[in-house]
Amino acid sequence: MANPEGTLAFYRAEAEERGVPLSRVFLDGEARQSGKRPEVLEALMLDRMNVMRQAVARGLARPQHSRSGLIRGDAARMERWIEGGGSLLGPAFSRLVAAALSVAEVNACMGRIVASPTAGACGVLPAALFRVAEEKGCPDEALVRAFFTAGGIGLVIEKLASLSGAEGGCQAEVGSASAMAAGALVELLGGSPAQVDHAVAFALANVMGLICDPVRGLVEVPCVKRNAMGAVNAAACAEMALAGMESVFPADAVIETMGKVGRRIPEEYRETARGGLAVLPLTGCDSCGQGNFCS
Amino acid sequence: MGIFDIIGPVMVGPSSSHTAGAVRIGAFARRLLGEEPASAVIGLHGSFAATGEGHGTPLALLAGLLDLAPDDEGIPAAREIALERGLEFRFEEVDLGEVHPNSVRMFLASEGTELAVSASSVGGGRIRVFDIDGFQVDLDGVYPTVLLAYPDRAGAVAMVTTILSNAGMNIATLKAHRASRGGQALMTVELDHTPTAGVLNALRHLPHMDQVRFVPRLGFGG
Ligand code: SF4
Repeated sequence: MANPEGTLAFYRAEAEERGVPLSRVFLDGEARQSGKRPEVLEALMLDRMNVMRQAVARGLARPQHSRSGLIRGDAARMERWIEGGGSLLGPAFSRLVAAALSVAEVNACMGRIVASPTAGACGVLPAALFRVAEEKGCPDEALVRAFFTAGGIGLVIEKLASLSGAEGGCQAEVGSASAMAAGALVELLGGSPAQVDHAVAFALANVMGLICDPVRGLVEVPCVKRNAMGAVNAAACAEMALAGMESVFPADAVIETMGKVGRRIPEEYRETARGGLAVLPLTGCDSCGQGNFCS
Repeated sequence: MGIFDIIGPVMVGPSSSHTAGAVRIGAFARRLLGEEPASAVIGLHGSFAATGEGHGTPLALLAGLLDLAPDDEGIPAAREIALERGLEFRFEEVDLGEVHPNSVRMFLASEGTELAVSASSVGGGRIRVFDIDGFQVDLDGVYPTVLLAYPDRAGAVAMVTTILSNAGMNIATLKAHRASRGGQALMTVELDHTPTAGVLNALRHLPHMDQVRFVPRLGFGG
């Protein structure tokens, strides 16, 4: 009963057989496919991480304002709140939220980001991976490997379901990013390939059915805050898996189910901006008091 | 699809279809023209027209025409850069019929030449060019591409493939499109490797060849 190629179970079996982490399997696969040496690929990943780091820093340092007026520097606001000692669960948690907001806001404001897996969901992976690595003192080499795990999980989701909001709703974008981050975090913190599988299953199951309903068709509301949700969900799911909790369903089955759910989500809730929050009348922003959004 | 398609591309936000794909369409059109356009009339179709402005799509299309990469932080300033460089541009809304919702038609002109290109941004920053000067084509900019315009007649394809195979160039796809039998034809050849100047020259010197254009592979940011 061999596992079909491209499933997480397939890669897991290889990792377990070779006694290596999933990242090794994904890195070797990428090296084979691209004809590039693993060291070259690792350097390329580090470059991408550095772009992500700049995006995290940018939104925290300077309030990002989008041209629509819907995004108004919330990441920087969160940062000030943390500095003022406001954190509910301690600064590490709040900084995770702030980082996700930051990258997603930079994206909304036409700044430079790494689409991972998409531009709309670009805040989840950097927030979850950088913040946990910082908290736990993980070196960059380990982080690079974790990003390969994340990317490999993304490939599986792309193959078995979809990574696009237009095809599968936001469960396919922010949800997939969250699952990728959850699995990568497990490996980063020394979990087994089986635990990676559980974390991916938890993370995706948690957002099953999440629609895509961008207000005014822009990747701003609710997208930016959903990135924060995705990062928090990833940390929670990684932690559950590391603590030894097991998913009732294997990740592949949850991923396939996500794909099926996505195809049945009515079109108005799949990036068309014709349903959900996208059609609520805007009530205006407090900043100008005009009951309207600047444009 | 590889890991770096998932963790990537590096791009300027907010959307791979509305910005990264739009930059690539602009870049493809510019390369096809062969030089910086002096003027551009850009028709936005479907969701490019509806939500393009908020997504910065017009800026991204202009940026591509100006040869900025999809991850260039100058993209938000594309209008100013265009003005500085003397590129005259105008946007309009168009209805291109039953095509992908993220589509655009561009009329470009430079000193020596003119061009009409229509293309769609089909997701993840990938593009599909579907019309060049009225010829239905199907190109994605992933391969180095040679485009040859000539009067339709027997033997044209054979002459082109002979030159390419003598130069050791592997052809990924070759399609001939014609307006009418015996009328004007357009051949598009996607290659695995970039042809040398010598190969392009030899193609240009084929009898009856009206025009030979070359579009290098579109790299992606990062
Ligand atoms: S709501 Fe839609 S556009 Fe926004 S992040 Fe989610 S999938 Fe992307």
